[in-house]
Amino acid sequence: MADIALNIVSVSETKIAAVKRGGAGDKRFRGMTMLASLLIVLLFAGMMISLTIGALLSIRAFGLDFINTQSWNPVTEKFGALAAIYGTLVTSLMAMILAVPVGIGIAIFLTEICPRSLRRPIGIAIELLAGIPSIVYGIWGLFVFAPYFQQHVQPWIIDAFADIPVLQDLFAGPPYGIGIFTAGFILSIMVLPFISAVTRDVFDTVPATLKESAYAMGCTTWEVVWRVVLPFSRAGVVGGAMLALGRALGETMAVTFVIGNAHHIHTSLFSPGTTISAMIANEFTEAVGDLYHSSLIEAGLILFFISFVVLAAAQLLLRALERRAGGISG
Amino acid sequence: MNFNRRIYYGRKRRNGFFLSLSAFAALFGLIWLGLILYSLFYNGFNGISPKIFTEMTPPPGQDGGLANAIFGSVVMSFLAVAAGTPIGILAGTYLAEYGRYSWISDVVRFINDILLSAPSILIGLFIYVVVVATTHAFSGWAGAAALTVIVIPVVVRTTENMLLLVPNGLREAAAALGAPRSTIIRAVTWRAARAGIVTGILLAVARISGETAPLLLTVLSNQFWSTNMDGPIASLPVMIFNFAMSPYEDWHKLAWAGALLITMTVLGLSIVARILESSRRS
Repeated sequence: MADIALNIVSVSETKIAAVKRGGAGDKRFRGMTMLASLLIVLLFAGMMISLTIGALLSIRAFGLDFINTQSWNPVTEKFGALAAIYGTLVTSLMAMILAVPVGIGIAIFLTEICPRSLRRPIGIAIELLAGIPSIVYGIWGLFVFAPYFQQHVQPWIIDAFADIPVLQDLFAGPPYGIGIFTAGFILSIMVLPFISAVTRDVFDTVPATLKESAYAMGCTTWEVVWRVVLPFSRAGVVGGAMLALGRALGETMAVTFVIGNAHHIHTSLFSPGTTISAMIANEFTEAVGDLYHSSLIEAGLILFFISFVVLAAAQLLLRALERRAGGISG
Repeated sequence: MNFNRRIYYGRKRRNGFFLSLSAFAALFGLIWLGLILYSLFYNGFNGISPKIFTEMTPPPGQDGGLANAIFGSVVMSFLAVAAGTPIGILAGTYLAEYGRYSWISDVVRFINDILLSAPSILIGLFIYVVVVATTHAFSGWAGAAALTVIVIPVVVRTTENMLLLVPNGLREAAAALGAPRSTIIRAVTWRAARAGIVTGILLAVARISGETAPLLLTVLSNQFWSTNMDGPIASLPVMIFNFAMSPYEDWHKLAWAGALLITMTVLGLSIVARILESSRRS
């Protein structure tokens, strides 16, 4: 009897030891996963801090002049990023003006009109646009789009708007092919899939009963889309557009190829310009002197803040929406 | 009957008008995809030959390939994925398993999603300041580090999403057998979500294989064969950039061939990822 009891004790002791060992491994594993997720926060903070430190020299030297002058002169070491900030905002705005309606149109097509069997292939094809690397957009824009645009479209637009006030200034000047307009246009193609994918997903969250009630009252498909689907999914559409805007603001290679790299602000959209990211890509490795480098990093810091605000807003909108969708289905 | 013909046909017309506009929007998107792929094949296909993979990038006016650039890209991408995947999977696991409802996870998720769409050139600047400026050398290591920063958020996002799809019943069943939490995660949930996690890794590879801006600021480029990660090495995207910006016709041809190569790699990877994902769903 004593032997058996002893055995039971020893068995349970090894079991306890095993559980304890497991417990320690458990804690270690949990700690590792937590560390990894904290690393993400650290990366982000590190990015912000290192860009700020890198920009200090330029911030001290130029202060506010950096964002409200447009002289960018490496020889006299006078740097003002206004032209680049202007170019960044204008090209992104152009991309949005073109891509938002088209992206919503694609989403409407995919959810309401397209035959069911074509939905997936067409949806995937549009999303492939997002998969094409930006450098490919760049080389295509430079060698294919810009020359064609310069020869066949630009002269025609310049002529057509020559006598219309405002437009004659926006579309003036010699047709270079490259410039702010071309960059904005190529950006719009690039961000199109982001808008249409998010929009399609939020359109799919509209409860079928809502749409069916509208149809039952005799609404046409367009009326259902315009009065039921769009109002219901407004926040998501705006979120998707903001996400796309965040992409457009920071897009580098596609823009660098076709924007022309001129540090001046012209009213004409056909004139060459520059953006923050294109300027950094073009000049950073050739920049001589600490102040020059620091100025480029400060421009990057500005881009960081602009895109942070836009992307954060997009996240908050889409998060709120997700919670609501969860509330409906659950 | 109160039937107003004018309103009725007006509504019908408007319906037809806007619906055809949206069909045109879809056509618009498809046309650009077609045009870009067409010019890629038209300009790049002739350049694709075995020489691309065996010969070095040439000086202007001579024959050559892209072997050194392809090698550099593969090595840096491999290192980035090797370093970024474990971190990404662990972080995604924390978000989905341990801290699903904690405020820390909310913060990490938020920041991760911002990193996911943050301009990649800023990641290049970040690595420049942290690595290149402190070691005083552009290097393959710095490039791999920049790509790692891009890989991590992609893997975190897909890992979390895929783990969330694993039914809780599986976890509870394992827990009922007495398995500790870490065993449940490693032996049950990871295994159940394996296809999805692999999809995430493929997407991350697709994402970095075309990245140019961060490499431009951290690795520069190299005209010659180099396996020295402590110095500048060639990479496909940067080579395309330099060659396309040059005035030489034969460099342009190589740039197109490289662009075709990258695009096919990326599109192939994303299609495989999609197939994996849909096979898991069905």
